[in-house]
Amino acid sequence: MARVVILGGGVSGHTAATFAAKWLGSSHEVVVVTPNAKWNWIPSNIWVGVGQMTKEEVTFDLDPVYKKAGITYKQAKAVSLNPEGSESETQPFVTIEYTGQGKEGESEDVTYDYVINATGPKLNFGATPGLGEGSQLGEHTVSVCTADHAEHANHKFLESIEKMKAGERQKFLIGTGHGMCTCQGAAFEYIFNIEHELKKAGVRDMADIKWISNESFLGDFGMGGLHMKVGGYVVSSKIFSESLYAERGVDWMIGAHVSKVEAGSIDYELLDGSTGSESFDFAMLIPPFAGVGLKAYAKDGSDITDTVFAPNGFMKVDANYAAGAYENWKASDWPRTYQNPTYSNMFACGIAFAPPHIISKPMSSPNGTPINPTPPRTGMPSGIIGKAVAHSVCDLVTKGEGAHLHEASMAEMGAACVASAGKGLTTGTAAAMTVFPVVPDFEKYPGTGRDTDYTFGEIGLAGHWIKHILHHMFIYKAKLKPGWTLIPE
Amino acid sequence: MSVKQEEVNFARNEQSETTMMPGKFATAMRTNLIWQFIRFVIINLKMLVVVSKSH
Ligand SMILES: Cc1cc2nc3c(=O)[nH]c(=O)nc-3n(C[C@H](O)[C@H](O)[C@H](O)COP(=O)(O)OP(=O)(O)OC[C@H]3O[C@@H](n4cnc5c(N)ncnc54)[C@H](O)[C@@H]3O)c2cc1C
Repeated sequence: MARVVILGGGVSGHTAATFAAKWLGSSHEVVVVTPNAKWNWIPSNIWVGVGQMTKEEVTFDLDPVYKKAGITYKQAKAVSLNPEGSESETQPFVTIEYTGQGKEGESEDVTYDYVINATGPKLNFGATPGLGEGSQLGEHTVSVCTADHAEHANHKFLESIEKMKAGERQKFLIGTGHGMCTCQGAAFEYIFNIEHELKKAGVRDMADIKWISNESFLGDFGMGGLHMKVGGYVVSSKIFSESLYAERGVDWMIGAHVSKVEAGSIDYELLDGSTGSESFDFAMLIPPFAGVGLKAYAKDGSDITDTVFAPNGFMKVDANYAAGAYENWKASDWPRTYQNPTYSNMFACGIAFAPPHIISKPMSSPNGTPINPTPPRTGMPSGIIGKAVAHSVCDLVTKGEGAHLHEASMAEMGAACVASAGKGLTTGTAAAMTVFPVVPDFEKYPGTGRDTDYTFGEIGLAGHWIKHILHHMFIYKAKLKPGWTLIPE
Repeated sequence: MSVKQEEVNFARNEQSETTMMPGKFATAMRTNLIWQFIRFVIINLKMLVVVSKSH
């Protein structure tokens, strides 16, 4: 009987675990180690952050779902990996520390035959002074990265609305809290949901709304932007984004590294090297992401973290980490199987794998400060990669070590993404987009990097309906309700 | 004479001046129920194609 241990019960890990349990059946054991008691459909946190959904609507308890699936659930966080075992343990193992199930603080070594690292991001609030390290909620600013953060953001948002109703003007500053952030899409959704709600509350004219981000142009989204076919033209996402911001009366500052946050103001440095500060009454700044800080040890106890993990804390996989300068980057640098190059029974999926390099063009200020988005790993690629990795591991378990590994390169897959711009059954809008492939392939498509037959985007109520349906569909799927395997990632 | 919304938007600041601005018709179509129902069907089909090419 083999044991497959999955670290992280988020979008990618939950997909991997549920498919592994289904494919392996009861003859093998699937273990999920995750510190959270609840699963969260993170994209809908945006609506929690503007009071349009409750925390309960975007989360559910993992325990009954894992019981139903026959998955061993350990509510704990992984601390370190011993891929060669130790002097007292011949099997590889992961050391975990419980966060629930009445064993809070207790440690345990969980041996494994295969391990899948799906620990997602550490929200690295500490990278920018004042952004909220320690509070894990945001100190002077708010965040919408978790359901708790989003609930807190909504309280602050409601306070601002009350002030505006009492005649006090409010300045909203929304975007990224560091020069190396990703997840611009989430901030994009939040700023337009804020704008929409302010209109509904009748206080839009009392608000100044400003976007701040590390993108070198609006609409980069960490993917180097995208070109869409519209009205017979192939047009850059820059044109569409600028159009939307201007139409909705939102100012923007781009190429910005937020260097410090204080009560009511931030300091920033721009790509041209200039510095300045910007005031705010309400700010939602996404923190940069890093790996969750797992350590790795060899059999003799020596630290091999650098062998297993990249310097940013994400796990090394079958990517080309030696691609060098931007001019040499290729689509083939991106991983296909997500197997660790040193330990073949170790895989990483979702945000937890180390990308070979960023996707956007690298940029830095004359002072040497890197200011460019890091690569996004959105829900659909995270789910597809989680499923492919689970498939590989199940084949290795059932067919032996020579089994063929399944592939899911972000340079060969597309992604569908729906970015909400305001909620409402008849008044809502969202930008519905697809890109193909996610990582541009300039060898195949020398101009845009993508296939313009499959890369499109449009804004409207239809997008909002799709976003709402996806919310229910993915929660239904994650709860393993009848027919869940028919719903694509 | 009432001023068109796009005139107000373009006039806001320098950033807005050089953008592409939807007019009254394009804006209204974004929430027109009949048109958006048609777009709903089309966008879903387009997404299904991309999803099936990616799995
Ligand atoms: C506000 C917001 C809105 C978004 N909107 C969209 C959207 O509209 N569309 C879209 O496609 N994507 C969206 N995304 C991105 C999407 O949420 C991510 O792509 C996806 O969650 C990544 O999946 P993951 O499993 O890698 O990470 P996560 O879903 O973050 O899961 C990681 C899991 O690992 C657990 N973990 C952490 N540390 C440890 C540890 N030490 N040991 C064990 N487990 C650990 C965490 O508790 C968590 O359960 C959004 C993201 C944010 C923040």
